[in-house]
Amino acid sequence: MTVLSYLIPISLVLGAAGLIGFIYTVRTNQYEDPEGDARRILSDEWDDHPKP
Amino acid sequence: MTVALHHQTAVCPGCVAAPSEAVEVAPTQARLAISLPTIHCQACISAVERGLNAVPGVRDARVNLTLKRALIEADPEMRAVDLIPVCEGLGYEAHELDLAALSATETDRAGRDLLLRLAVAGFASMNVMLLSVSVWSGASDATRDLFHWISAAITFPAVIYAGQPFYRNAWAALRARRLNMDVPIVLALVLALVTSLWETSLSGEHAYFDAALTLTFFLLAGRYLDHRTRAAARSAAEELAALEVPRAWRLDGQGQEVEVSVAALAVGDLIRVRPGGRMPVDGEIVAGRSELDRSLLTGETLPVLAEPGTRVSAGEVNLTGPLTLRATAVGQETSLHRMADLVAIAESGRSRYTSLADSAAKLYAPGVHILSALAFLGWYLYTFDLRTALNIAAAVLIITCPCALGLAVPAVTTAASGRLFRAGLLVKHATALERLAEVDTVVFDKTGTLTEGTPAVVNLSELSADQQALALALAEGSAHPLAKALTRAARAAGVTPAEVSDLREVPGYGTEAVLQGRRVRLGRGAWVGVATSVTQTATWLDPGDGAPVAVRFTDALRPGAQAVVDALRAAGKEVILISGDATAAVEDLATRLGIRNWVAEALPDHKAARVAALTQKGHKVLMVGDGLNDTAALAGAHVSISPASALDAARVASDIVLLGRDLSPIAEACHVAERATKRIRENFQIATLYNLIAVPLAIVGLCSPLIAALAMSTSSITVSLNALRLR
Repeated sequence: MTVLSYLIPISLVLGAAGLIGFIYTVRTNQYEDPEGDARRILSDEWDDHPKP
Repeated sequence: MTVALHHQTAVCPGCVAAPSEAVEVAPTQARLAISLPTIHCQACISAVERGLNAVPGVRDARVNLTLKRALIEADPEMRAVDLIPVCEGLGYEAHELDLAALSATETDRAGRDLLLRLAVAGFASMNVMLLSVSVWSGASDATRDLFHWISAAITFPAVIYAGQPFYRNAWAALRARRLNMDVPIVLALVLALVTSLWETSLSGEHAYFDAALTLTFFLLAGRYLDHRTRAAARSAAEELAALEVPRAWRLDGQGQEVEVSVAALAVGDLIRVRPGGRMPVDGEIVAGRSELDRSLLTGETLPVLAEPGTRVSAGEVNLTGPLTLRATAVGQETSLHRMADLVAIAESGRSRYTSLADSAAKLYAPGVHILSALAFLGWYLYTFDLRTALNIAAAVLIITCPCALGLAVPAVTTAASGRLFRAGLLVKHATALERLAEVDTVVFDKTGTLTEGTPAVVNLSELSADQQALALALAEGSAHPLAKALTRAARAAGVTPAEVSDLREVPGYGTEAVLQGRRVRLGRGAWVGVATSVTQTATWLDPGDGAPVAVRFTDALRPGAQAVVDALRAAGKEVILISGDATAAVEDLATRLGIRNWVAEALPDHKAARVAALTQKGHKVLMVGDGLNDTAALAGAHVSISPASALDAARVASDIVLLGRDLSPIAEACHVAERATKRIRENFQIATLYNLIAVPLAIVGLCSPLIAALAMSTSSITVSLNALRLR
């Protein structure tokens, strides 16, 4: 059962990483325009150089 | 997001004492918003952004496709009006938006806050659930204790953070000596956590950490759905308000027009109102001649002559010539705002409606407390063991927790509002659907609601070909609604305009020209030289031979008007027409639509009084109206609908806004509302059924945390799926 002492912290850390990632996306307004963002990826306008 | 930057300009320690307060500076950039209702794809985004960014003075433009809006950061002197031609040049319909009216949508703090709490509760409940599954599948002794302690370490901070909306609501209710849904929720959470911690410290078998977290998660999901539906409705309503930019043209000392906001106007100011513009204030005309459209205020369709000395009220529309008025009342003093008092009186008369959720909570909250207290007492007297008794009381509270009840209403309203939004209806009020489902009488306003408020020619074919050609030639010289309607009808009939010279418009009267040396006129009866006794809207054509002919108009029906009246009558609802317009016009429309009950020449307070009288007789009234004369009736009715073209005051007073021009969604809305209410009741029954099975188990002490988790999750999921059937 010693394996538990590795697995439980690992599972918690992975879960927490997901949670922190989600909080980051909420805080940086990434859900403001879900429809537009889904379509912007189809544009090749800034493919060769980033938007200034 | 704004971050205050504090520059520490001083380099030597002695200068640090110098004040470094933020200095008021002139704005270095302007934020503008444009509504783009027709954009729909990635190519539109690129085109609009490229076009706007190419305009000198624009620093950054970004399109939001979800809201169909462009937000622009530009030099301070830039105005949204300058950018609209750019968008229109690219082929997109564009409207200016007033950013001040959109403020609440931009930072939806409450929604974001709920979402974060929901995420934390979701994360924690997943982890604890995994640990609990291991316990249920046979972990024992030291392993079980370890899992329980880890669960406790996750659950406590998570529940304390995520459950805050419930604590606040419960506290507010208790302070007012009331019980609401949140009181049993908080009690269940606290009791579950305390008994579980106690059990864990005694190496006990049953801990309800997972139940406490799942409870929080499902309840937060219900709250979030509820919030989202309301926020979406609010943002759409705000967008409607933001489309009307309150602006006026004031004349300064030299007679120059200066653009100012309506709020800056004062009594005595001289204001220029252009043709097509709306009066910003009450006033008296000092110069100019024109006609006024008062239909939004009184329901009259006949335009009224306006000349120096005529008194005008805010909200009337200037039709033909430019007018200069002297303001006699501004802001809160205008007749438009005084109408608000009437609305307030009507609203206080509206019977306090208790929503289905509230009436369920009223039954439920005391019941749960009594049940759980009885279970505690019974077991304590039976065993004299505090630990067992407390455990069972906690189990009863958790089983009866209003998880499914908390989801039952928001899940259904979200699904139903989403469906109605796609049909073109915006549900603004939380209980509007429930109230709509009870409606048995529908009261319609005429002008602007059942009719478009724009005229259509009736008797073009009665005119000779020469007269038609002449009428078209004269009508093309004016922007008056009647002239425009005549032009449209004649063009559609394939008429070519006659050759006339010296065509000119006489504001307030009509147009005149010269045809083969004779003066010809199209306009008001009195001006053309006939005594008008017709009650119907008409304009007169004088072909120069001294025998003027009348061109009669009728108000065009809104699309779907006939369909909605038929559908409502087929559904067994009584349809009534109440209008402020003249008797002949109202009677004509009523017979056309087959409405037997109609009232004409009704004043605003008559409308409200009639709605109140119907309510007194026990009818549930749905009021559909758009004008200022309808606002009191809209506020007083059981539930109300107004079209998006209505005045702001009318839209604010109504529960549901009709977004398109078509009226037929109203009949569908009644149907959807009835089905939604049925689903809500079904959901309550499902939740009760689960309780009926699980509560006896909990009371006799047979309920393990596994059964609690199963009962709670299955009932919540069944309720949500049942709600989704509405979509």
